[in-house]
Amino acid sequence: MQFTIEVGRYNSDGNYAPNAVPGEPYPPPWNRSPVRRYQTYTVDLPVHAVVLDALIAIREYQDPSLAVRCACRSAICGSCAMWINGHAHLACKSKLQEFTKNGKTRVESAPSMPVIRDLVCDMQPFWDKHLAVKPWLQAKEPVPPSDQEYRVPNASMEELIQEVSCISCGACLMDCESFAVNPDFLGPQALAQAYRYAGDPRDAQTKERLGEYSKPGGVWDCTHCYECVTQCPKGVAPLEQILKLRRMAVDAGYTNNAGTRHADAFASSVKHSGRLNELTLMPKSTGFFNIVGQLKTLPSAINMIRAGKLPPLIHKAIPGVNRIKAIFERVGGRFK
Amino acid sequence: MKVAFFPGCVSKGACPELYVSANLIAEPLGLELHELTQAPCTGAGVLSEQNPELADALNGLTLAMAENEGADLMTICSTCQGVLSNHNYTFSQDPSRLDRANATIADQGFRYGGTTKVKHLLWMLFEDIGIERVTAAIKRKLTGLKVAPFYGCYILRPVESLGLRERPERKTYLERLIALLGAEPVEYRGSTKCCGFPMLTFNRDKALAMGGNHILEAKEKGADLLVTPCPLCHLNLDGQQPDAARVLKQEIDVPIFHLPQLLGLAFGMEPEQLRLNHHVVPTKGALEKVELKV
Repeated sequence: MQFTIEVGRYNSDGNYAPNAVPGEPYPPPWNRSPVRRYQTYTVDLPVHAVVLDALIAIREYQDPSLAVRCACRSAICGSCAMWINGHAHLACKSKLQEFTKNGKTRVESAPSMPVIRDLVCDMQPFWDKHLAVKPWLQAKEPVPPSDQEYRVPNASMEELIQEVSCISCGACLMDCESFAVNPDFLGPQALAQAYRYAGDPRDAQTKERLGEYSKPGGVWDCTHCYECVTQCPKGVAPLEQILKLRRMAVDAGYTNNAGTRHADAFASSVKHSGRLNELTLMPKSTGFFNIVGQLKTLPSAINMIRAGKLPPLIHKAIPGVNRIKAIFERVGGRFK
Repeated sequence: MKVAFFPGCVSKGACPELYVSANLIAEPLGLELHELTQAPCTGAGVLSEQNPELADALNGLTLAMAENEGADLMTICSTCQGVLSNHNYTFSQDPSRLDRANATIADQGFRYGGTTKVKHLLWMLFEDIGIERVTAAIKRKLTGLKVAPFYGCYILRPVESLGLRERPERKTYLERLIALLGAEPVEYRGSTKCCGFPMLTFNRDKALAMGGNHILEAKEKGADLLVTPCPLCHLNLDGQQPDAARVLKQEIDVPIFHLPQLLGLAFGMEPEQLRLNHHVVPTKGALEKVELKV
């Protein structure tokens, strides 16, 4: 079967994917590649061929100058994550037929990562983030002698199997919206690994870890868009792990942040009126004593009022709100 | 067709134009709206994240109310859709969570049997109302308008709970609808990405840059306007657009329409009726392309 592949090639007159720079205006992701050039190839392969088969066929038989990074060809090594039709996937796991759109498949290095050549991106930002969460066990005393196992109940480790499945391919980070505008964000892969250790019953540094992960760039900088859950080829579901870290951090007392204030303001509004009070949510989340933060939201508030988009000044409760209050009381836990 | 209508907080708060226009288009589509006035907020994922048991009970209550109406639950908000679908899916996968939610709402005289279907208006157009009926209601083709779809995360992800594994066509409804109404859909990467709203209170500038970038990409591809089935996206993309322009140091000026507003225009309604004169970003330029004034 004939397949048409459009490959994003590196041009020597410029790095085609500079990352967002802290403090600079954010270059829109599609515009970070002013010299991106696409080259079209046609390959003849069986119907069940994957994108990587096509890339290897191009490199071996048509154009030895094409650079592509791969090793295992079975979704284990994590080398071949790249953009296929605008989303991050493993080239070895993506069937060409499923990824043929309007008669062709577009393959390129993810623009959120610096590029080395063609389809080979520089994974350094990824590894920096990975290391920043200290992805190793800081074992609780007493550590058993080296010839013995550190034994814990089976059930406590089952919870962590999902995160251990990570193959560090970087697909989640390549498609992370928060990372695209905020290079300081630790990102889905690193935070999923953070949970793998913070949630480990043998780890002695859980509280310190949660403190670190609650800082700017940490769990509260995730925008909750589920891209990482959708793109992860191994079912790690990084967002789910980030949400677990948020719960753990709040339980551990790390509550002086906008994320926690936002959740508290949200819950209080639903509890007392059955619905969201948009008028008080923003100032409460920002923090009443954060004058600079409050002032920043003012122009938008004025624009909305001028357009007649102001929520009703008197926030009315829904009929039967006592039912909602009773449910809050009965469930208990946080927000009671 | 009778539906249990769940308008969501924002359509009755900061986006009243959505509530008004959704009610207006119900009649030509043959929808009989039975509004769930006593249903609580879904928690927009915030409550689910911090106290899953509480969110199970609150959303279980809403699903039970729709069940009592004997009709499908219709949302007009991607976020409400996502949260309700998520809890509904969890209940079907893990009956112990449904049992616990039922134990809590039993005090209030409710029980959820697990039969409610949760459907966004966008899905209903294709799956229940049918494109024949939609086509028949069109009185004014939106020829000449270039419309960029903006889905909002929670109507697309996670795919399992939203039924996108069984119905992958749900990822294309906006484009198909735009074409059906006579306008030209704009293809761009940002259409399925996050608008930044969930981060607005935590990391304002980054959230604004996120939304602003998507609008600029659509604009570069020629879009006259964006249409969204999510009022939370609307709050960020329209309500915060002048601020996003400041952060990105670029002019944006692209109006954002709610899904029922675009339908309403094609159904021959006047822009004022649909409250298109109550947006932060003026809709005038886009409307002039179809010879309408506000």
